Amino acid sequence: MKHVKTLNEANLVNSVENGGCGECQTSCQSACKTSCTVANQKCEKKGKRGR
Amino acid sequence: MVHKFDTLGVKCALDVCSGTVHILDDISFRMLDFFDEEGNFNLEEAKKADCADEKCMEAVEELKELKEKNQLFTKDIYKALVAHKEKKSVIKALCLHIAHDCNLRCRYCFAHGGEYMGKREIMSAEVGKKAIDFVIRESGARRNIEIDYFGGEPLMNFEVVKEITEYAKQEGEKHNKNFRFTITTNGLLLDDKKMEYINENMGNIVLSIDGRKEVHDKVRVRVDGSGSYDSIVDKFIKVAESRNQENYYVRGTFTRDNLDFSEDVMHLANLGFEQISVEPVVAQETEDYALRKEDLPRIFEEYDRLAERILEARKNGKWFNFFHYMIDLHESPCAYKMLSGCGAGHEYAAVTPSGDIYPCHQFVNDPKYKMGDVFEGRIDMDIRDIFVKSNIYTKEPCGDCWARFYCSGGCAANAISMNKDINKPYLLACEMEKKRVECAIAIKAREALDEE
Ligand code: SF4
Ligand code: SF4
Repeated sequence: MKHVKTLNEANLVNSVENGGCGECQTSCQSACKTSCTVANQKCEKKGKRGR
Repeated sequence: MVHKFDTLGVKCALDVCSGTVHILDDISFRMLDFFDEEGNFNLEEAKKADCADEKCMEAVEELKELKEKNQLFTKDIYKALVAHKEKKSVIKALCLHIAHDCNLRCRYCFAHGGEYMGKREIMSAEVGKKAIDFVIRESGARRNIEIDYFGGEPLMNFEVVKEITEYAKQEGEKHNKNFRFTITTNGLLLDDKKMEYINENMGNIVLSIDGRKEVHDKVRVRVDGSGSYDSIVDKFIKVAESRNQENYYVRGTFTRDNLDFSEDVMHLANLGFEQISVEPVVAQETEDYALRKEDLPRIFEEYDRLAERILEARKNGKWFNFFHYMIDLHESPCAYKMLSGCGAGHEYAAVTPSGDIYPCHQFVNDPKYKMGDVFEGRIDMDIRDIFVKSNIYTKEPCGDCWARFYCSGGCAANAISMNKDINKPYLLACEMEKKRVECAIAIKAREALDEE
C-alpha cells in the first residue's frame, strides 16, 4: 500500500475463540495499584493462542 | 470504531475492535474523515471538500481494502462475552495487608500513614494462612494464583511474610496451584537477607521511589518529617541489579508539584533502573497536590516529552521500560481479559490484618464494602455482583470510548470515590489514560518507521 502501513496483524476478534483461560495476572497487581491498564499485561499462552 | 490521532509526529489510525494499528500518510489521514461509523465512504462530502482527486481516491481504495480484511471499521462483537465473565470469574489474586503501619508518612498516601483510617495493626501468620486456604478454595480450576504483600509497609512484618509464603508453597503443591508473589516496599527496612529471600521467592518487587531527590523527599517523609531518598536509593539499585533488571518496578507518583515528571522518569533511568512506573496521584481536588483538569494540557505535553526522551534513549542504546507505555501489539491479552479489567471484587480481593475481605486495597476499611472475612471464608455475593456486573458496556462513557479495550473501564475505586458510582469513571484519569495509550502506540509506530 502506498498510503497506509499496517503495524500489526493481530486481531482481537480471533482471541474470542482461544482466549479466556483466566490464568494471566490481574492487572492492578503488577505495579500500579491505582489504575487498570490491561493492554500491557502478558498473555500466559503467548504464541499459542494463534493471534 | 476507528480512532485517528497525530502524536509524536506520526499519524495513526487504531481500529478499536480488532486492535489493528495503521500508520497513515497525510492524504489517507484526511480521507478517513469521509467514512462514517460503519465504514461507508461519502464521495459527495469528499468532493465538496475538494478531496476527490486521483491520489485521494487511491487512499480511499486502500482504506476500503483494510475494511474488507477486517482491519478497519471492525464491529464490536464482545458484548456477548460478558456473560462468560460473570459466570466464570473466581478469586485468584489477593492483596494481603501485612501491616497497617508504616515507617513513612507520605503526604499523598491513600492509606493515610498505613492505617487505612483504622488502627495500627499487623497481620498474624494465622490470618495469612487462612487467606491462602481461602484463595485455594475460591480459585477453582485456576492454577496460577497471585499474592501481593502490601501495606502499610510489609517489611515491618517480614517474618510473617515468610511464614505465609512457605505455607502457600506447601499448600500449592498439594492442591496443584502455582503461587506467584509480589511485594511492595518503601525500602527503609530492606537488607541483604530480606533481599535474598525476596529474590528466591517472589516474581516481582515494587520499589517505591518518586524520582529526583528533592521531589521524593518533599513527599516521602519519615515520621519526623525528614526525607527518605538517601536511605533507599542504593538499596534499590542493588535489588534491580540482583534481579538482572527484570521482574521488578521502581514505582513513583507524580503530583501537581512535579508536572515535569519526565525529569523524574529520566532520573530513575539515569540511575540505571530499567523497569519504571511513575503514575499520577489520585486525590480529591481539595488537596493542594491533587491534579486538576486545568493541568491536563501540561500533563499531555509532559507525556509527549517523556515518549520523545524514551525514543531518543533507546536510539542511543539505552533501553528502559515505562510501565504505562508498554503495549504489545502482536500478543496483547485476549478479549475476555480486555473486558474483565482489574477484577476487583470478583477475581481480586484485599485482606486486612484482622482478616476482613474487601474488593481491593483501595476499599479497605470502608464498611459498605466489607465482603466477609477469611475465617468464615465466604464472600458477600451482593457486593461481588456490583463489581462483576460492571464493565465497559455498563459504564456510561466507555461504550463510545476508543480506549475501552486498553483501559477496560478504568479503576472502580476511583469511580466510586470520585463519582460515587462504579459506572461513572473518573474522567480526569480517563484523559490521562487515553493520552498514554496514544503515546504507547505512537512509540511503536515511530520505532517501526525508524527500522525501515
Ligand atoms: S478511558 Fe475512561 S471512558 Fe475510556 S474506557 Fe477507560 S474508563 Fe471508560
Ligand atoms: S478498583 Fe482500581 S485500585 Fe482497585 S484493583 Fe481495580 S484498578 Fe486497582
